This record gives sequence, structure tokens and C-alpha cells, in this order.
Amino acid sequence: MNIEGKKAIWSEYQKEIADDNYFYVRSCIRQNFFPGSEVAFLKIMREELHKDVYEHPCHTTCSGIGYHGDVVPVETAMTVVARQFALMTEAGYQNYIPSCITSFGLYTEVLETWHHFPEVEKKVREQLWKATKREFVIPKNLAHASDIIFKFRKEISAKAKFKLVNKNTGEPLKVVDHIGCHYAKMFPSKGIGGAEYPYVLAGMVEEWGGKVIDYPERRHCCGFGFRQYLIQANRGFSIACSKEKFKSMQPFEPDMIITNCPGCPMFLDRWQYVINEMEGKRYGKNGEGIPVFTYEEVAGLVLGYNPWDLGLQMHQTDCEPVLDKIGIEYDPEEKHNTSIYNEKTGVHGFVNV
Amino acid sequence: MNKHIVVIGGGTAGMEAAGQLAQAGFAVSLVEKEKETGGHLNDWYKLFPDRRNSSEVRDYLKNKVSSKNIEILTGTYIEKLHSNKDGFLLSTRDGTELKADAIVVATGFDLFKSSRKEEYGYGIYDNVITSKDLEAMFSKGEITLNNGNSPKMIGFVHCVGSRDEKVGNFYCSKLCCVTAVKQAIEVREHLPESRVFCFYMDMRMGGAHYEELYREAQEAWGVNFIRGKVSEISESINNKLVVKIEDTLAGRPLKIELDMMVLMAGMEMSEGGSKIAEQTGLKTGENRFFSPEDHHYANNISNIKGIFYAGTCTAPMNITETISHARSAVSEVINYFNNSRA
Repeated sequence: MNIEGKKAIWSEYQKEIADDNYFYVRSCIRQNFFPGSEVAFLKIMREELHKDVYEHPCHTTCSGIGYHGDVVPVETAMTVVARQFALMTEAGYQNYIPSCITSFGLYTEVLETWHHFPEVEKKVREQLWKATKREFVIPKNLAHASDIIFKFRKEISAKAKFKLVNKNTGEPLKVVDHIGCHYAKMFPSKGIGGAEYPYVLAGMVEEWGGKVIDYPERRHCCGFGFRQYLIQANRGFSIACSKEKFKSMQPFEPDMIITNCPGCPMFLDRWQYVINEMEGKRYGKNGEGIPVFTYEEVAGLVLGYNPWDLGLQMHQTDCEPVLDKIGIEYDPEEKHNTSIYNEKTGVHGFVNV
Repeated sequence: MNKHIVVIGGGTAGMEAAGQLAQAGFAVSLVEKEKETGGHLNDWYKLFPDRRNSSEVRDYLKNKVSSKNIEILTGTYIEKLHSNKDGFLLSTRDGTELKADAIVVATGFDLFKSSRKEEYGYGIYDNVITSKDLEAMFSKGEITLNNGNSPKMIGFVHCVGSRDEKVGNFYCSKLCCVTAVKQAIEVREHLPESRVFCFYMDMRMGGAHYEELYREAQEAWGVNFIRGKVSEISESINNKLVVKIEDTLAGRPLKIELDMMVLMAGMEMSEGGSKIAEQTGLKTGENRFFSPEDHHYANNISNIKGIFYAGTCTAPMNITETISHARSAVSEVINYFNNSRA
């Protein structure tokens, strides 16, 4: 494989990412799946990078899951999106950062639609006014939260306490980067590195000392693919998709998987557990599972955050093998200790970031 | 005839036009951007449909432009082109000024840059090559993988950069199907133990003896033709290419491991042609090639009086058609001067 060829493609797909003053919108589902990730993002942004990040209490779902699941019509989805933009406008922000990949895809699609069909934007503005008496300004900058971490990957590296390196061998950890389908497959020019060879996560991995694996099924869906999982009868397709990916990456003996989508880490993590329960099969080296992380979790680990504060105890595929390889110390007794109570967050046991 | 004609482009069309103009008694300057004339023929080893050596056609063309009436300027290109009441004034990149009573534009085509079809991994995966790269291997007499081994499983992707909305090329490049058939046969000739697969949308065998060649490929050489578009290529841990295709006749997706994949790059308006179009106001069509005054009966005539087209600068053509088109351009030039005199 010729890495120069990839670099040539990466250089063609760059995008503008705002420096500061972000309007951050959370995902509908990530807080249930991996509750430490969004909290870690905010901590990194505010306390490590000293950026202004604003969250609005009235933010709702973008309706992207319903839109892509064929239950929410596009006009409705656009009006919901318009309302989110109105919240941003009212709060005095211009740089919009969704935590969710599907939201990012939907916002991108809506903005592109309005760009090419101004009459649709006009109609949506009228609908929003009738429904809520709100108005909005189109964001000056739209970036996914992983774009922001990519942008500041060097700053994070400068503060890092750990590298994605096997402390015993000195070798870079072998990392599978899995990009959410809605990040760039619909609009390649909106993703760092484009759709075929995305660089957004690969750039973080490289900067933090790891090595990215290029395996045959890297483009394949994680298995979420809304209609595969949300429609119960299709769930067999969901796990079959994930299994294809695991089989394909197995010969490369990856140490870990990094993701930037709400559903991907969930399915790549949980289905490994299910496949092992059903077939007694694991896909990591030496019969282990392959730990799956969100990019915020990886950034948090690199920065030296407590793994249990990052919520890694919520993973069904144990993450300890990776922590051991990197040399991150942790207390196994604290992993599921729910007696800890954080007054600031009001949460028991974990996510004390 | 005391007229001077500048032919822009020294490929098949330009050489044929220059030769015919010289034969008719005109003084000709032939300007070629490369160091040698011959154009894409220089990159091709054998030609379809009879698999004759391309050097035979090259020799014919070289002989054609050996006339004392032809001044050949190579390694340079036209930087400026102005028209005035006496005709045209052109200057080349190296500062040579040329006066012309008429111009024949024969800027040809560029091969589609296959790296633009990112999903095929050209320039990334070592054993994904183009039809042009394969011809270079034929010239050397050895078809090898990046590691020096002989490939056993070889695929051909048709329509790379042609009939493809995603890259902005709606048109058919016309020659890639028959080139794939020719090259598939040649691979089987070189490597009798190999298996060859052609992945096509339609087999467009619209030239003399093409269909026969297609039949020969199947019956005599056992080439497998699979109707379906390749969706993606990746690389396995043992450097095999993992290829995904939808077989639209069988109605199911396929996944196959190959040693080598050949991309049949299509034809696009040349960069040089586009620059001349921008500079002069010569009209181009939706396909970005030069747009002649009439596709049926004025296929060599441009929208600027005194400028004529020859060859693939107007549309994809094979060599036979290119030579005929160049000759008809010369006929139009002669008519132009005859009518001017009248």
C-alpha cells in the first residue's frame, strides 16, 4: 500500500473548522450508550483547551434517526433543524457542533438543500415562525465534534500523559478507525479526508502514537444501519454486518477500535459480546475481544483521565487489555463501584469527569 | 499555395492532418507539447481489433510528417492565440511566434485520472493499475505484480471515468470495452494459467471486428465477463485485492479476491484543449470536448472562422475514425481557402 496516495487524497479533503465559541448539541443516544464521552469532550474543550462551548437546555433531538428510519418526513426534519439553529442564534453563537454523526449528516444535508433550493429554506422559515415564532441565522461553521478534536489533536498530544504505544514492545498500537456512515459518505467534501479514506480519526491515532489498520471491510457499516436494527425483524442483518467487519479485521490483530458515531461503538462493542455468547468466538489476538472506544474516550485516556470516570466500565468488551498495553493504571475494584456519588453531576458510580 | 497552417497537437490527428496539408502544398507548423510526436500511440503496444503493433501506425504517421513543408516544434505548446485581419498570430511557450492563415486544433484527449475514482484505490493499492500501465507491461514483455510475481487472477473494470455521473462524465468513451477485450486476450496469451474477469456495464462493441474479438475472448481464451459495476477495492493482509461487485445478471453481490485489477480509463477533453477553448472562445459541449458547428455535416468546423478541428478533441474516436476525421478537416481547410478566394 502506498501511503503517499492516501496523503494526496487527504490533502484534497480539508475543511474549515472554527477556532472557538461553539454551540454544542448532544446526541439522543450517546449518553445512554457511552455516558462519559460527551462529558469528556466538554472537559477537554473547556479545561484543557480553554474554549468556549455552550449547551442550550432546550435542545431536542434533530430527528435524524426518525428521518433515516423513514418515519419523519424531510420537511419536519428540516423544521426541527431550523429550531436548533434558532436556539444557536438566540444564544449568540455561529459555530454549530453536533455530537452525533447522523445529526451532522442531517444538518449538512439540510444546509446543502437550502443552498441549492432557497425556496425550501424560505418555506421552512415560515413553518418555524408559525410553529414557534423563532428565527435563525445559518451557522457560519458546521463541524462534527470529532472534527474539533482532530483540529486540536496536536494540542492534546502536547498535554498527553500516555501514547497509543505498547509499553512492553514500544510498538504503536494497531488501531481500526471506524467512521460513521453519515459523516462523509453523503457529502465527501464535508469530511476530513473525504469518504473513501477518511482521516478524521486516523489523524488522531497517528498524532497520539498509534498506527491505523487498513482492512478490507473498513467501509462496511458497523451493523447499526437504522433499518437493520430499529426494525426488529432485520436485527440478524445487524449482527451479520458487524461479524463481517470483525472477520475482516481479525488477521491484522488490532489492539483496539476507535469510532466517531453514536451507534458504531455500541454495535461493535455489544455484538462482540453477543457473538461470543452465541458462538464462543472472539476476534482479538489471543482469544480476547477487541476493545471499542469513542474518540473522546481515547482522548481522555491519552490525557490521563481515570478510565472509570470516562465510563469505560459500560463497555461490554473489556477495555483492560488496552489499558494494560498502554500502561494506564486503574483500580479494578472501582470499576463497578456505585457507592461513589458526584455532587456536581448527580451521578452515582461513574462518569465523574 | 502560399498559405501557412498551424496544427496544434502532434498525435494521430495532428500528424495525419499536417501530412495531408503538406501533400496539398501548404506550409505547416506542427506544435506538440511532448518531446516526441505520436501522442497516446506512444503508450500503446498493440492496437485493437487486429492486435497489430502500434509502431506500424506510428511509422506511417512519422513518414507522413517527414515532408519538407512541415516544421515540427516539439516540447512546447501554444501560449497565446490571437486573430487579426490577416489571420492568426500564435506564440509558443518558448517565445516562437507563428503566423497562420488557418489553424487545425488537434489537441486530442487526456486519459481519465483513475485516482479520481477513489473507491478503486489507484495510487494507493500497488496492484491496481490502468490500461495504460498494462500496455507498458506488454511492451516490456512481462506482466508482474509489485512484488515481481506473476498474477494469477486478473480483473478489468470497464467505464472508469465514463458514463459516470459522479465524476461528471455522462458520455461513453467508446474504446474502453474493446481495449479491455484486447488486453484480456493478451493477458491470457502471456499468462496461460491466469484467470481473467471483465466487469462491465454494457459491452459496446460498435466497431468493425469488435464483436468477433469479444466472441474470441470468451470462446478461445475463456475470459469471464460479469455484468456489474465494481463498488470498491481494498487490500487483504496478504496483499490480495478484495473486490466487491454487484452481478446484475445473477442479481446478487459478489466478493472476489484478485491479484491485479486493471482500470479501463476513459477519455476526457485534454487540458491543453481546455486552455485553448478558454483563451479563444472556441465552443465546448456538455462533455467539455470542442463542439463543432454541426455534428452531422460540419464536424470539423469551429465557431471561429479559420479554425478547424481534427480528431478526439471533439469526441472519443478510435484511430481509424481519427485519421478519417483529420483528413476531412484538411478538406474543410482547402474549401475554406477556395471559398475565400472566390
